[in-house]
Amino acid sequence: MQQYEWDFGAVLAYWPMLLHGLWGTVAISALAILFGIVGGGLVAAMRMSRHVALRTIGTAYIEFYRNTPGIVHFFWVYYALPVITNVKLGPLEAAVVALATQSSAFYAEVLRGGIQSIVRGQWEGATALGMSRADALRRIIVPQAARRMVAPFVERSFEIVKTSSLASTLAYGELLYQGMQIASITYRPLETYSLLALIYFALLYVLSSLAKILEDRLQEA
Amino acid sequence: MSEIAPSTTDAPILRSENLRKSFGPIEVLKGIDLDVKRGDRIAIIGGSGSGKSTLLRCLNFMELPTGGKVFLEGERIGTVRTARDGSQSVTYSERELMSVRRRVGMVFQQFNLFPHMSSIENVMEGLVTVMRRPKSEARARAAHELERVGLSDKLDVYPGRLSGGQQQRVAIARALAMDPEVLLFDEPTSSLDPELVGEVLRTILTLAEDGRTMLLVTHELGFAYRFATHVIYLYDGVVHETGTGEQIFRNPQKEKTRAFIARSSEFSL
Amino acid sequence: MGYQFDFSMVVKILPVLWRGVLVTLELWVICLAVGLVLGFFVSLARISPFAPVRLAGRSFVELFRNIPALIQLIWFFYAFPILIGAQLTPFVAAALGISLNTAAFSAEIYRSGIQSIERGQWEGAMAIGMSRADTFRRVILPQVFRRMLPAFTNRAVEVAKVTSLASVLSVHELMYQGRVLSSTYYRPLEILTTVGVVYLVMIYPMTWTSSALERRMRRKA
Repeated sequence: MQQYEWDFGAVLAYWPMLLHGLWGTVAISALAILFGIVGGGLVAAMRMSRHVALRTIGTAYIEFYRNTPGIVHFFWVYYALPVITNVKLGPLEAAVVALATQSSAFYAEVLRGGIQSIVRGQWEGATALGMSRADALRRIIVPQAARRMVAPFVERSFEIVKTSSLASTLAYGELLYQGMQIASITYRPLETYSLLALIYFALLYVLSSLAKILEDRLQEA
Repeated sequence: MSEIAPSTTDAPILRSENLRKSFGPIEVLKGIDLDVKRGDRIAIIGGSGSGKSTLLRCLNFMELPTGGKVFLEGERIGTVRTARDGSQSVTYSERELMSVRRRVGMVFQQFNLFPHMSSIENVMEGLVTVMRRPKSEARARAAHELERVGLSDKLDVYPGRLSGGQQQRVAIARALAMDPEVLLFDEPTSSLDPELVGEVLRTILTLAEDGRTMLLVTHELGFAYRFATHVIYLYDGVVHETGTGEQIFRNPQKEKTRAFIARSSEFSL
Repeated sequence: MGYQFDFSMVVKILPVLWRGVLVTLELWVICLAVGLVLGFFVSLARISPFAPVRLAGRSFVELFRNIPALIQLIWFFYAFPILIGAQLTPFVAAALGISLNTAAFSAEIYRSGIQSIERGQWEGAMAIGMSRADTFRRVILPQVFRRMLPAFTNRAVEVAKVTSLASVLSVHELMYQGRVLSSTYYRPLEILTTVGVVYLVMIYPMTWTSSALERRMRRKA
């Protein structure tokens, strides 16, 4: 076999494109996390509501997203949703909508899991003191649940960063899409995609190490 | 025990010399000498942290001793290596430890039954996997051992459906099935509800009638008195006082022993 | 609004989607099987007494967990062949990427399962003279499988979803068929919705099993 000559220089010459892509990845992820948390709160509230109709909607929403692949959501929002709404979304908007609606489902489960992990006794203790349901939730349950939710919350957010790479299929210029462009310009897919993998790895590994420190802090508190 | 009249005349089955065990910087056993002869029933008593469980666990090498010697039927366990600078270290092969543990059985405080196996499968496991007995033979033997501990109606029941006392009796049957030369009990009733303690103690007493060689770590001083041919009072990692049950419980010679016996309020002879 | 949902389109495309379903199932089964077996050995490396082996296992897991699956697939299709000097078919590249990805995640399931078994189980087996290997095989592993069954079925659900990424490499699985049909008939709403529903029907039984197992275990505990 002929020795392959590595040349990362040819790829790194396009670093401004990669930087642009990194920014795209961060932008999609940040927006999706933000909207996802808000949406997740709503979905979780529906899922745990005392009204059957709301509960059913919340459950159906979560189950739909849990049981269908992310790429379907991306394509559906970009190509199918405009047929109903008559509003054509740009790739960024479509990616954020797809990712945020999807992550709403997952964050809702994180919230529900955290709240339900608090034993009944805590609810009973709070109501025995004459607290209202809302007060008990706000003052007793949520502070305890929050600590237990940190780890799954961080995990879900990492999934969002990883899933944001699907925006490349809508031709949005995030990291992967930019990488694909560079690969076709330079004819250096090996270097390009290896570098891309490395960038993602570094990004997520650094973030996860930071998250771990944060978690440990919270556990001690 | 060397100081007191031996119950039998032959050489010790199990013997330790200057046995030591440290966990990190903390020395738990500070040199224990012990002779166990055939038919001996030795109760090891002492406060928490006295090292009594660790002593037991070092005798079947659940914990590896950090110093001293252990002999089984006169044979030193472990291989002594002398380094070039003359210092000696002891290494143990897995094969050797497996054989020691098979010959020195153990019953644990937490039973440690296998939850995915029925009672009879728990008892058969060692016969099949370790002794390589055919399944049918193992099953017959296991059924016999379970009958001996009064559980012939629970053969196919899983541990999760048994009471604590029943679980501990299955654990005893599992140990007996291996035909151990010595049987070690590590606080066998400590995690049981009070009303279940009796059935386990009665089972242990029937083994005593069979003349089994046993060592028992326990907080049940009343039982220790009825059970033991010898009692060892362990304090701070050393044998503080030793004698017959009569001597230790009725007439302890040392101040600390006396205080310990007096403190143990549940003790009534 | 006033858009007419064309159900005849759904009926028309079902045979083509069915062909995609078969490829999806094939990919799913292969990747899950290979991933679970390989993951077991990776988990053994993760808990090995030898530091270099442990490090290798850990690197494998971290690498595949911290890089988006899509990048992994693209890397195995476009970059890896250059490294080995042989072209891979899209299916093989996808199968390779997803299997290794599955191995990394399953390794962590095995590992946490093994480490969750109480020390007393090892001691109980050792006390009747069992070797470490026998103890592991007869006492520890059966309990790991039992305890981690919900986690494994969960992983199966994730793998099913990940197979949809193979569409990016033009593997003719369900999502790929949906994309092709959608651009052929200009009926993205009907077609992409149908694709989503087919995925839901395929994956939901697995999710249901997983949560049923979890509920049963919680009741037992």
